[in-house]
Amino acid sequence: MIVAAFFYLFAGILVASAFMVIASKNPVHSVLYLILAFVNASGLFVMMGAEFLAMILVVVYVGAVAVLFLFVVMMLDVDFAELKRGVLQYLPIGLLLGGIFLAELLLVVGAWVIGPGVPQAITAPIPAGITNTEAIGLVLYTRYVFFFQISGMILLVAMIGAIVLTLRHKERVKRQDISIQNARTPEMSMQVVKVRQGQGLGSNTAGGTGTGSAS
Amino acid sequence: MEFFWTTLWPLIVILAQSVLLLVILLVAIAYILLADRKIWAAVQMRRGPNVVGPFGLFQSFADLLKFMVKEPVIPAGANKGVFLLAPLITCVLALAAWAVIPVNVGWAIAEINVGVLYIFAVSSLMVYGVIMAGWASNSKYPFLAALRSAAQMVSYEVSIGFVIITVLLCAGSLNLTAIVEAQNGPYGIFSWYWLPLFPMFIVFFISALAETNRPPFDLVEAESELVAGFMVEYGSSPYMMFMLGEYVAIATMCAMGTILFLGGWLPPVPYAPFTWVPGVIWFVLKAFFLFFGFAMVKAIVPRYRYDQLMRLGWKVFLPLSLAMVVIVAGVLQYGHLVTAAMK
Repeated sequence: MIVAAFFYLFAGILVASAFMVIASKNPVHSVLYLILAFVNASGLFVMMGAEFLAMILVVVYVGAVAVLFLFVVMMLDVDFAELKRGVLQYLPIGLLLGGIFLAELLLVVGAWVIGPGVPQAITAPIPAGITNTEAIGLVLYTRYVFFFQISGMILLVAMIGAIVLTLRHKERVKRQDISIQNARTPEMSMQVVKVRQGQGLGSNTAGGTGTGSAS
Repeated sequence: MEFFWTTLWPLIVILAQSVLLLVILLVAIAYILLADRKIWAAVQMRRGPNVVGPFGLFQSFADLLKFMVKEPVIPAGANKGVFLLAPLITCVLALAAWAVIPVNVGWAIAEINVGVLYIFAVSSLMVYGVIMAGWASNSKYPFLAALRSAAQMVSYEVSIGFVIITVLLCAGSLNLTAIVEAQNGPYGIFSWYWLPLFPMFIVFFISALAETNRPPFDLVEAESELVAGFMVEYGSSPYMMFMLGEYVAIATMCAMGTILFLGGWLPPVPYAPFTWVPGVIWFVLKAFFLFFGFAMVKAIVPRYRYDQLMRLGWKVFLPLSLAMVVIVAGVLQYGHLVTAAMK
């Protein structure tokens, strides 16, 4: 009973916050509701006994991806009047995508009801007596190691691509080389001069009037 | 009746344990705050707070009272809901991390399999308190602080993650108790992971400073340029919640350092007079030793510039910790071949 109560709590908040993501007027509020939805989804994962997935969901999606998302949305100045104007134009495409998504969801649920054994047939069974972190590791790095490597490669290529597209070397920008800065000694930038009273600096010492100001 | 014993009673026990932990933690935080100010004062040859109570021992409680009775002011242009949610999130998340921290064998409210990941997840959420406060204040300096903190905390999480992975590789478990037990060796203090993983201990310590926005990485608050950063618009109890969350997060990081690198509740010398001392005392001593490090760094190191901070995180710590993950994994996987060849 307690389990059911917690399930309905998490699932209810998840659905409600997912609705608020599209319903709320302020985009920053939308992202905050999205984060709430993620956290509740991870609560559902914990209830199913998949605690590793739950924690990874929070660390990766909430702790890193959504932070950058929020970061961008906060900086953008979104004009809602302009967004609302084009809504009729995009309505058919949105409805089409939504319809396809709904049909696919129905297919998945239908298959699950008609043949409950199907998911077990295509997934690896969870061995008894080990934690699910170990179970994931045992399957991921043996049976699915090539898929794992390929997905890693795709992410690496995407990352390098993004860096290459945005990297520009401007000539006029002043840059600092930390190793050169650290290698500086007092002799390279400072000159200790004894000034005789009433004579000032001689002509052979160019620049650097004081001893303390340069350091 | 059976429903009571099977369902409600464990719930009541957990509730009582949580309240007890909260009370102890908050009193400890009050004195950590005082210790921080006293150490800072001693380094600068001042006396520090010394008026309220003997040696100023009640200073934190006087501050608490002052914050409680002041009027909370919400700026007119602020986004009210998010503005008040931000300090709550900071405070609650910081306290929630303590649910899984074991201070002795079995002395944790929740002994979960993925304890390390849980703490990592909670501390990665801490950035939201800062970002939300900065945005909701609807003012320039808090917003700049929010932008800084978003980049800073995400960068240093990466290196903390890799440091934690090296420890996990050695311990072979995500459970905090199992990690401490894995450090229980015949050489006492030299069996703990700070020695075999030495550079990682330093990387962890410095990343913890950056993750908790402590000086020299307190660019989020930087009073000389941003007045007080994301907290400018806050006063009275919401401000107090930020302070509380910050210091609880520091205590969490000290406890994490103790568990991952300093052997948790294990005595430094595994022989008679030392093993009689309860484990929780060793734990507190080690955690306070780390906190003393935090306080000394605050007192003696000048603030970093922002580009230096980013360089340290991405160009120094990330490659170093990534290399260390590969090296540790290699030694663990193929180390026995080397020892066999030497024989």
